[in-house]
Amino acid sequence: MRSRIPVILLACGSFNPTTNMHMRLFELARDHLHQTGRYQVIEGIMSPVSDKYGKQGLVSARHRVAMARLALETSDWIRVDPWESEQDTWTETVKVLRHHYNEALTAFQSKEFMRSKHPTESSTGDSLSCQQQVLPELKLLCGADFLQSFKTPNLWKEEDIKEIVEKFGLVCISRAGSDPSQFIQESDLLSEFQHNIFLVREWIQNEISATQIRSALCRGLSVKYLIPDSVIAYIAQHNVYSAESERRNQGHPLQPLRLQNTAINPLRD
Amino acid sequence: DPDRKTEVVLLACGSFNPITNMHLRLFELAKDYLHETGKYKVIKGIISPVGDAYKKKGLISANHRVAMAKLATESSDWVEVDDWESCQSEWLETLKVLRYHHQKLLSADVTNKTKDAVLITKLGRKRKQESNRHEPIKKKNQNLVIKSVPQVKLLCGSDMLESFGIPNLWKLEDITEIVEKHGLVCISRAGNNVQKFIYESDILWRHKENIHLVEEWITNDISSTKIRRALRRGQSIRYLVPDAVRAYIERNRLYSPESEDRNAGVLLAPLQKHASDPRSSQTLN
Repeated sequence: MRSRIPVILLACGSFNPTTNMHMRLFELARDHLHQTGRYQVIEGIMSPVSDKYGKQGLVSARHRVAMARLALETSDWIRVDPWESEQDTWTETVKVLRHHYNEALTAFQSKEFMRSKHPTESSTGDSLSCQQQVLPELKLLCGADFLQSFKTPNLWKEEDIKEIVEKFGLVCISRAGSDPSQFIQESDLLSEFQHNIFLVREWIQNEISATQIRSALCRGLSVKYLIPDSVIAYIAQHNVYSAESERRNQGHPLQPLRLQNTAINPLRD
Repeated sequence: DPDRKTEVVLLACGSFNPITNMHLRLFELAKDYLHETGKYKVIKGIISPVGDAYKKKGLISANHRVAMAKLATESSDWVEVDDWESCQSEWLETLKVLRYHHQKLLSADVTNKTKDAVLITKLGRKRKQESNRHEPIKKKNQNLVIKSVPQVKLLCGSDMLESFGIPNLWKLEDITEIVEKHGLVCISRAGNNVQKFIYESDILWRHKENIHLVEEWITNDISSTKIRRALRRGQSIRYLVPDAVRAYIERNRLYSPESEDRNAGVLLAPLQKHASDPRSSQTLN
């Protein structure tokens, strides 16, 4: 019996704040990968971006990590990892992927080492106790807008995109109305690795943008049932969002755009 | 002046099969909207699941639907579940449910006003007993705050409003009384046809001041049908319904291909009831 490939899903983003939609992405991705019959999703990681990203309205990483943690309290497989947010500078997505992959590999290898020291009786039907363990894969979980952002000039390095789709893989969730497969077809690079790009259609529309949430909060409108109650309480308690916090980083370019010197369009093949 | 605001109770009738985050959002959106007009104060939200006698396809037992709605509203300090409608042995027109809750509200209101009056009367008596006072005794009524009559408004999505146009589903006189005597708060997505629908109906147009249209900017299409579909396919419904509701569904193994087949081929109760009623053939225009 062929073992399923263990998969870890990594979502990078502002999470400003974490919404029910963010968490749905994980659930949708997991269901999709399981239904292929080839994968077993073993973990989900939410990685809030560092403050150095410089996006307008981005509140302190301390808050964003705390809110994500509260939102994920009831989940038994998704966790928040503050590594990216704790770095001194903004970190390219591919570097975050590399970091978490190395962590996963280390954990996997130490488990293998332990298993070789203390062999257990193999039980039939349990793929995890097979003699030959399958290396886990780390895949980037994202929305269709993220995929489309590959087109934005100066935002991505071509070699980074290649490494992401070749070495890791993408699980891209899109709305009922949109279909990113055309976008993939129009790019030689993405087409080459389309076997490693999983497109998941979200039929139950639930487009809770964090921007709209912040806007509602600033107007004193209710966001109950759009984000977890615990996050609402945290926001109120710490007065996280205000007209003032929305003006943070106003007029400043995003850090990745600052780093690119030449105007290149990585996907113009 | 907070005391000049009309007190409103929002009543949502429906299958709630199961209740979802979208249903709960309707209340929040409606309350924010009404408060922002400055004219209303929403004092309560009521979820009234329909009785089993409605005979809608896939409708599971009212016991479960009420239980799930109660779990869903545990964290709310103003929205509650009322099972009166679901306990009736026959299907009830929405207007009857509105009237019931309106009556209940009025009696509670009278009781409160009576309590206020008794309190003021007591104060009045106290003054009387102070023999040194020579000022005229204040009339009781002057201390009573004059509030307008509280209202029960039907909370719904655009699909319910537009269902007014489905032949034999609603009685014209019911629709009239709903919009005339009670009022509607209708939540719909941006780019909807609701305004056009109201424009095309003489009755709705006449009472359009009492039909509050609220636009929902955050697209949230979590319909119960989709939830049941996901469950049949073994897909996750986390973060679409409150966690306690998800756990309840799992524990009780609700929603399966079998449960979806319930009432298959059976005519919906209102359609059956109005089929032979000549009044139902009247159109909205």
